[in-house]
Amino acid sequence: MKKTVFLGSLAAAGLAAGVASATTLEDVQAAGVLKCGVTTGLVGFAAPDANGNWEGFDVAVCRAVAAAVLGDGNAVEFVPTTGKTRFTALASGEVDLLARNTTWTFSRDVDLKFTFVGINYYDGQGFLVRKDLGVSSAKELDGATVCIQTGTTTELNLADFFRANGISYEPVPIETNAEAQQQYLSNACDVYTTDASGLAATRATFEDADAHMLLPEIISKEPLGPLVRHGDEQWSDIARWTLNALISAEELGVTSANLSEMAKGTNNPEINRLMGTEGNLGEMLGLEADWAQKAIGVAGNYGEIFEANIGESTPIGLARGLNAQWTQGGLIYSPPFR
Amino acid sequence: MSEMDMSYVRTEMLPEQEPPRSQTGAAKWLRENLFSGWINTILTILSLAFIALVLHEFLPWIFDSTWNANSLSECREIAPGACWAVIKERWPQLLYGFYPEELRWRVNLSFVLMLVAIAPVLFTGVPRKLLWFTAAFPVLGYWLLWGGSLWGPLMALAGFGVGAGVYAAIRPVNNLAALIAGPLAVVIWWLAAAGPVAGLLAGGVPLMLEPVPSSKFGGFSLSIIIGVTGIAFSLPLGILLALGRQSNLFIVKAICVGFIEFIRGVPLITLLFVASVLLNYFLPPGTSFDIILRVVIMVTLFASAYMAEVVRGGLAALPRGQYEAADALGLDYWKAQRLIIMPQALKISIPNIVSTFIGLFKDTTLVSIIGLLDPLGLSTAIRADTNWNGIVWELYGFIALMFFIFCYSMSRYSQYLERKLQTGHR
Repeated sequence: MKKTVFLGSLAAAGLAAGVASATTLEDVQAAGVLKCGVTTGLVGFAAPDANGNWEGFDVAVCRAVAAAVLGDGNAVEFVPTTGKTRFTALASGEVDLLARNTTWTFSRDVDLKFTFVGINYYDGQGFLVRKDLGVSSAKELDGATVCIQTGTTTELNLADFFRANGISYEPVPIETNAEAQQQYLSNACDVYTTDASGLAATRATFEDADAHMLLPEIISKEPLGPLVRHGDEQWSDIARWTLNALISAEELGVTSANLSEMAKGTNNPEINRLMGTEGNLGEMLGLEADWAQKAIGVAGNYGEIFEANIGESTPIGLARGLNAQWTQGGLIYSPPFR
Repeated sequence: MSEMDMSYVRTEMLPEQEPPRSQTGAAKWLRENLFSGWINTILTILSLAFIALVLHEFLPWIFDSTWNANSLSECREIAPGACWAVIKERWPQLLYGFYPEELRWRVNLSFVLMLVAIAPVLFTGVPRKLLWFTAAFPVLGYWLLWGGSLWGPLMALAGFGVGAGVYAAIRPVNNLAALIAGPLAVVIWWLAAAGPVAGLLAGGVPLMLEPVPSSKFGGFSLSIIIGVTGIAFSLPLGILLALGRQSNLFIVKAICVGFIEFIRGVPLITLLFVASVLLNYFLPPGTSFDIILRVVIMVTLFASAYMAEVVRGGLAALPRGQYEAADALGLDYWKAQRLIIMPQALKISIPNIVSTFIGLFKDTTLVSIIGLLDPLGLSTAIRADTNWNGIVWELYGFIALMFFIFCYSMSRYSQYLERKLQTGHR
């Protein structure tokens, strides 16, 4: 079997090498499928269901871009990546877009030569404690045992926070989120700290979720967003403005329910430009005029995607918070479609 | 009364009596094995108490459980024990990955055919002619699993025929030239001729199956593909490496020693990262060098280095006299290896060879670290579903059970083989 697959791959490699010089958009359109890097599984953000269909908040970004480019939200090949393989998968062209709850940092943007096309979730590191511990603020955690994933930025943030507040803690190093749940539940640690969205998802799985609470302090900035390779501005524009289209759609009141109505034309010129009934925004991107319509048509606008995957109606139950529209006091803000 | 009538010796046998109760059956076994002294008695009682305690905790969890629920929270409402509903919902995924449901018969069929293909290798009672099927199985299995045209893999296999033909044609003229031209012909055939010929034949008689990309593979079928391919190729490679290491030819020996020591000096996970990450940088952009193939190659190379050392252990255990006897019979190198040395060396190495196989099969779970969804990778993905987040023991228990079935069967087979090959020298 080894030899035969080898031969096939060599042949495929020879064929693929011939067309590799085209732009990412042309490559994706030629393949008819968008290769999108996601996590191997993170509650609410990306997970396969029983039929192998990927679902989640990050997955929705992949599907929206696929719909904008190819007209079909299912024309996505999801490539599960781990924290260690994600950046090479993108850099080497194994995926065209990485939507894998990746924090936008200086070195990833500049040194690793990626372009973050926006922020789809503002996260931050929080603390999960038992209510009977009797603390209401992370500053009261002096001497606490803390479950912490080793080798992550959360470990460094934690050390910084406790040092800045002049209090001490005892770390309980753990490897994975599943291990952390077990350790925390068996009282091996008083506090579990990781990204607040992850804590909320973890808390939702407890049998007596009400006996646990998230402390109000958020001790780090973790802006999560999709990213693409440096050097293909057309492609990064497509990804950036697809995300912006989802966000603008919520701001402008375009939902999956009234999308077809809005697409017929409205009195609001910005909606018309977004829908492609006015202007030539799609043409500028190298896409069809109704690209944004198709992107929104997959799972609705940003707010609908949020509610369906991680919002308050789901077991994860995250409030919009920082991720509300700027008009609602949040940070979600799209530049105008003009 | 004559003296003859007075006998001190009993003339008829007493009827046989049952041995005393304490010396037979269960009572004797219990006394000898469990209660043979006060220390052992105490230990027995303590052990029994411990087993009872474990079962007391464990059995209700297993049996006071539910198979019918749609999420973990529903499970908890129905029963306090295990939530087997997750296995009921996800077992196809754990076995087949994302392989399309209507095509799963192809995975099943190739699994059954694989059993047929390895039967003549494992058991001598099976007709020898089946070995031809074994040789053809890699092509057939690849075709069934990945789909596409049968001609591609078939033409790749034909490369070996072409090589053998060229070798046989040139050999009468010059042995060395034949040794070089044979493999060269294979490579040229693969690079230049196999593709077009396969395309031509496919144009005439398609023999197409719907293609399934590697990204759809996962679960135990992925473990078995990687494990079985690795096992099948690592043994012959390992034997060659072991022979190479003992060779008198300097370059052959240096290459083999270098390869073995390098591969054994590097953790498997590093090789997997090389396969998944570094190779992408070396190949031209846009190249899609199949990830499963990359992993299979790395796993095979890794296992063959260990296999080489296991076989070398067997070779070293053979008395010098066996080599000399082979020489004295006038056998050439390959005949001596095939008829005298290898059968004995491999027999000695069976336990270690099978240990390496079992280790290799279990090592396939490492591929989850490079993002392939083997059973362990899938368990993470399943737990990332909001319905099943928080489930741990049920998934790991199921995966452990499946691995145990495979590894224990391998272990039992090796014991069977050892008994069969026992020649009574010990």
